[in-house]
Amino acid sequence: MIYAVLSLAILGGLFGLVLGIANKKFAVEVDPRVEAILEVLPGANCGSCGFPGCSGYAEAVVAGTAPLNACTPGKDEVRQTIAKIMGREAGEAKERKVAQLLCKGGSDRAALLYEYEGIRDCHTAATMFQGPKACSYGCLGLGSCVEACPFGGIQMGEDQLPVVNYELCSGCGACVDNCPQHVLKLVEASQLVHVRCRNKEKGKEAKKACTVACIKCKLCERNCPEGAISVVADAEGSIAVIDYAKCTNCGICVEKCPTKVIEKMLPLSTLLEQNKDITSGQKPTSCQNCGLCQ
Amino acid sequence: MREMVIIIIGAVLINNIILSQFLGVCPFLGVSKKLSSAVGMGVAVTFVLTLASLITWLVQTFILELLEIEYLQTIAFILVIASLVQFVEMVMRKKTPDLYEALGVYLPLITTNCAVLGVAIINIQKSYGFGETLANSLGNALGFTLALVLFAGIRERLDFADVPQSLKGMPIALITAALMSIAFLGFTGLL
Repeated sequence: MIYAVLSLAILGGLFGLVLGIANKKFAVEVDPRVEAILEVLPGANCGSCGFPGCSGYAEAVVAGTAPLNACTPGKDEVRQTIAKIMGREAGEAKERKVAQLLCKGGSDRAALLYEYEGIRDCHTAATMFQGPKACSYGCLGLGSCVEACPFGGIQMGEDQLPVVNYELCSGCGACVDNCPQHVLKLVEASQLVHVRCRNKEKGKEAKKACTVACIKCKLCERNCPEGAISVVADAEGSIAVIDYAKCTNCGICVEKCPTKVIEKMLPLSTLLEQNKDITSGQKPTSCQNCGLCQ
Repeated sequence: MREMVIIIIGAVLINNIILSQFLGVCPFLGVSKKLSSAVGMGVAVTFVLTLASLITWLVQTFILELLEIEYLQTIAFILVIASLVQFVEMVMRKKTPDLYEALGVYLPLITTNCAVLGVAIINIQKSYGFGETLANSLGNALGFTLALVLFAGIRERLDFADVPQSLKGMPIALITAALMSIAFLGFTGLL
C-alpha cells in the first residue's frame, strides 16, 4: 500500500518536474501581437478568412501571409484594430457577402413525396430520395443551416424555409457548406436580384413538384437588356442563372417571370433600417404585411 | 536476430494492431481522409509508440515488479504515455518546428490512442525482454502506419468512385475497413 502510493507519487512528481524543466528550457517565444489580435477577433472560428480558426488567422496576419481585411464577421472595427496592432494601413474592406436562399418552395408551395418523420436534420433526410419534397433540389426545411450558423443569423420561417438575418450574417459560408441541397449561396450584398429555384427538371415536372419553380420558359433570358440572366443547361437539366458580374439590378426579369421565382429584394441598408424599426416597435414605412416579423 | 525479424513481421502483418487486434481504430477512421495526414500520423505514432513501450517496460521491470505492485500497471503506463507525449511535443516545437507543424494536432491525439497503451501492455503480457519489446513495438507501430496509409490511399480513390448515395462517406469507409481486415486475415499462417 505505502509502496504503491509512494511510487506513483514519486513517478508523477518526477514526470512533472521533467515537464516543468522542459517547459522552461524549450519555451517558444510567441509574438505578443498574435495574442493581441486574437483578443479582438470575434472568436467564432467560422473559417470565413480561409484559415483554421481565429488563432490560425491571427498567426497568419503576424506572419504576413494573410490580408488584414479577411475577417468578414469582424467588420470595420476589427480591421482597424488589427491594422493598428500591426502598424499597417487597414486597406479597403472586402465587399460584404451574405447568404441567399435559392428556393421558395416552403411547406405550403412544394408538393410532398412522402411524410418524413425521422431525425430533424437535413443531411439525414437528404439520404432518402433527396428529402420528403417532390422537388429533389429544394430546401428540406429541417434547419441544418440554423444549427450551422455560428452567429445565430438564420431562423426558420413560418413556411419551413430559413430566413437569413442580414444584420447577423457575416458571410462566413458555414451554412452553405452544411446544406446538403446546396440551396444556400454566398452573394455580394449589393446584388438584389436572385433566382430562388434550383430545380433543373423540365418545366412541367418542376411545376408539378412546386408552384414556384423555374419552368425554363426563357422569358428572363430574352428580356434581359444586359444579357446577365440565361437558362443554363447541363447533364442534369437546365435552370435560369444570373451572372452577377453583369446584373444591374434593373428587375425586368422579376416582372417577366411567370412563376415569380426571380425576386428582387430591398437594398440591405433599407432592410437593416426596417430591422431597427421593428425592434423599436414601429411599423416600417415599406411594410408589406408579410407577417415574418411576428 | 532471427527472433526479432519474426516478431516484427508478425506484428506488422499477422497480428496487425488495427486490422487484427482492433486497437487504435479511432485515428484509423479519423485521420485517413488524406494520404499526407495519414503519413504524418503514422510517423508520429511510430515515434511515440516505440519510445513509450520502452519506457513502460523499464517502469514495469524496475519499479512495479520490484515493489510487487503490478496492479498499478494501467495507471502508471498512462502516466508515462501522457507525460512522454507532452515532452516530445515540447522538444519538437523547439527543435524541429517544421515537423511540429506537420504533425500538428495529431501529436496530442496520440495521448488517448489505445494502440499505444495496448502495445505496452501486450509487451508485458508476453513477457518480452528489452530487445523483443523494441522489436514488437516497432513492428506494431509500422503495422499501424501501413494500415493507415493503405486505408487513406483507398479512401482518396473512393472520393472519385461511383458510390451509391446511401453508402457515401462513413458507411463505405467502414465496409472498406472490414474488407481490409479480412484481407489481412490471409497472412495468418505466414510464419
